[in-house]
Amino acid sequence: MAEVRDALKDVLPVVGAMAPYSAVFGALAIDQGLTLTELLVTSGSIFAVASQYVMVDLMLQGLPIWSILLAVLAVNFRHVLYSAASVRWLGGFSRKQKALAFFLLCDPQYATCEARHVSKPITPIYYFTYAACVYGGWMISNLLGAVFGKLLGDINRFGLDLILPMFFAVLVFGFRKKPRFAIVLIVSVSISVLTFFTIGSPWHITLGGLSGILVAAVLSKPSSELEIQHA
Amino acid sequence: MPDTYVLIFLCALITYGVRSGGHILMAYFGAVNHRIEAGLNAVPIAVLSALVAPTIVAGHWSDAVAIIVVCLLSLRISILPAIAIGVLLLAILRHMFV
Repeated sequence: MAEVRDALKDVLPVVGAMAPYSAVFGALAIDQGLTLTELLVTSGSIFAVASQYVMVDLMLQGLPIWSILLAVLAVNFRHVLYSAASVRWLGGFSRKQKALAFFLLCDPQYATCEARHVSKPITPIYYFTYAACVYGGWMISNLLGAVFGKLLGDINRFGLDLILPMFFAVLVFGFRKKPRFAIVLIVSVSISVLTFFTIGSPWHITLGGLSGILVAAVLSKPSSELEIQHA
Repeated sequence: MPDTYVLIFLCALITYGVRSGGHILMAYFGAVNHRIEAGLNAVPIAVLSALVAPTIVAGHWSDAVAIIVVCLLSLRISILPAIAIGVLLLAILRHMFV
């Protein structure tokens, strides 16, 4: 079961990085007045931490449902791009497997599959072993945070709040041999920072990401297709 | 209160919609041309760097130092120990300078 072993090896640092975040969400949601059942239903059915923060925050401010949904859509919009990119490595999955795979397509799941499919095909065993660990770790940490929230205190003190940004930065750095890496990086980072300071979060993710993708598409030449496949 | 569960359900529906929508659109339009292929190749670089950029630029300088050190370490050692060292470094920097 080399696929299971690979998945466990790849998922371990991710679960370790996610646990503090998930626990903090659990603690915060309970602190802000969600019941334990509401928290578990939220985390179990949405499974996207950033948009859940937004949902809980806006819900407790008493905003109308449509504006909460719009905010959740904005925060989650990057997943459309992940989903589109997954066409290249979900080919071997059956319809039912795909339907489940979409539900589990979170940031680390996408990033890890994107990095792996260059050298090895993504199998359902690999995908769902990885996803089961992320989902299980997520639910357990949520529960622990909700129950022991008061003891957790301020995680920023320990530098744990930067674990996920560090993980994403390392992943980006790992793609440095891809075609047009530098120009995509420069454009995305510039637009992201510019948006962050003008329009504000979470639009920096969407606009920064889209502008980098647009530049890659515009600079692409027909002959470069082979180069991409082997990159 | 049932309203809360309606809201949770709608948020879950939107999330599932964006996570499946891109794939369904791409599969529907069939063969992709080289520009779309190049754009898809750029998705992880573009989106993940846009996600992290404000943390590096807008945070305290110790955050940026720790993230850059972790990236450099990842050239030599695997991700988990690299991040562990990064977190330790960040905790020390924050203790001393923040």
